[in-house]
Amino acid sequence: MVVELFLDLRSQPCRALFIFAKKNNIPFEFKDVELLKGHHLSEEFGKVNVLKKVPAPLIHCLSPQHLTSACYVPCSDIAILLYLSRKFNTPDHWYPSDLQKRARVDEYLSWQHTTIREKGCKIFITKVLVPLVVGQPFSPEKLEEAVEELNSALKQFEEKFLQDKPFIVGNEISLADLVAIVELMQPVGCGCDIFENRPKLVEWRSRVEEAVGKELFQQAHEIILNVKNMSTTQLPPELREHVKQFLKP
Amino acid sequence: MGLELYLDLLSQPCRAVYIFAKKNNVPFEFKHVELFKGQHYREEFGKVNILKKVPALKDGVFTLAESTAILLYLSRKYNTPDHWYPSDTQKRARVDEYLSWHHTNIRGNAGKALWIKVLIPLFTGQTLPPEKLQEVMDELAISLKQFEEKFLQDKPFIVGSEISLADLMAIVELMQPIGVGCAIFEDRPKLSEWRNRVEEAVGKELFQEAHEIILNIKELSNIQIDPQLKEHLAPVLRKMMK
Repeated sequence: MVVELFLDLRSQPCRALFIFAKKNNIPFEFKDVELLKGHHLSEEFGKVNVLKKVPAPLIHCLSPQHLTSACYVPCSDIAILLYLSRKFNTPDHWYPSDLQKRARVDEYLSWQHTTIREKGCKIFITKVLVPLVVGQPFSPEKLEEAVEELNSALKQFEEKFLQDKPFIVGNEISLADLVAIVELMQPVGCGCDIFENRPKLVEWRSRVEEAVGKELFQQAHEIILNVKNMSTTQLPPELREHVKQFLKP
Repeated sequence: MGLELYLDLLSQPCRAVYIFAKKNNVPFEFKHVELFKGQHYREEFGKVNILKKVPALKDGVFTLAESTAILLYLSRKYNTPDHWYPSDTQKRARVDEYLSWHHTNIRGNAGKALWIKVLIPLFTGQTLPPEKLQEVMDELAISLKQFEEKFLQDKPFIVGSEISLADLMAIVELMQPIGVGCAIFEDRPKLSEWRNRVEEAVGKELFQEAHEIILNIKELSNIQIDPQLKEHLAPVLRKMMK
């Protein structure tokens, strides 16, 4: 039985899955889905993912990811990460069996949806996606608003979740750090260096990169770090129309 | 010092935690954090949850925020019946999947009706145009459609034949618009039937008890709002009114 992971590495959740699966030597077939080419709208893809997750600027920015194994398809990256960790018996630190440590991971994974993830996404949408789709330069006011919101979330991240620990849960990397780091790389990819002037965060990032493995980390982030290479010409017109309806002015 | 649960039953996730704890006979001390009195902004509560939100849990020196995390912690610590968070990997993944989607779909939308119809007028003295409510209800309708098509389908409950944390988190959210007269179950027979099943699985009495405040929210029009709370919320309110 082969696990198929449908991923677009422009998507933060997809990167988390990619890194996790690779790091833990989970055998999988990488199915490249280029969201901006509308692959995810195809019928074939639709069979796998009923939600047909689109670049829903609702919250998940470019995020269809799912796993097929005996016709079972969860459509949430968190659910998939947890599923993989259980099914493939990954090392304990990813999702510690200790009750309190595990609760800390759950706490972060829950909180991040409407904070780090949403706000990081907003920056990407505002700065890269909207201009791509509507063919106009991004709005500096909107970007500033998005950055401010992320700043608030980052403050809470450092004060409540990271504090003075090496990783969110303690001494070792967990799913919480993995999910966090891929989200924070999204704004970096579009030129908003949120790590600047945040030494604690920078140190944490280095630790996470090292725990993941620098090569794997770079590999997963190569596309997003070169996202400026995305240009309007790459977006098929039908897709542009389709995505437009999801983008709020 | 035993388990303390910091709650205000006006809040949807607080109701989920309350129902879960009561249903499973988890011994706890109910610590009322009155949102309208701005108690969640007090320093004392900040020590329990620096994020200043309810629900929050305190178990000895261990504190925990986020309803999902709290529910999972309680289910593990108190060894609650399997159906709440099934040990079967695929069923469990279905619960995880719902809980994840929930945050930004149901949870994002269901609560807004209360803000538009009751809270914003209460805090600012202004009523919003009906289009605002319609907008919010339209968004909720989309989420409800996805809920029915993707998560519920033709099953009695989200994960299968028994109630789980997924159903619990969903139902408490959907009761929020009910409280302000948005009859979202009307014209949605499948959803309505699911609601009845959930109420029954929880126990009607407990369900009613948990929802008493929200179902009588209109009586709050005379309530005194803590001025500091008004101040705290001003930016949020401005944004919602845009």
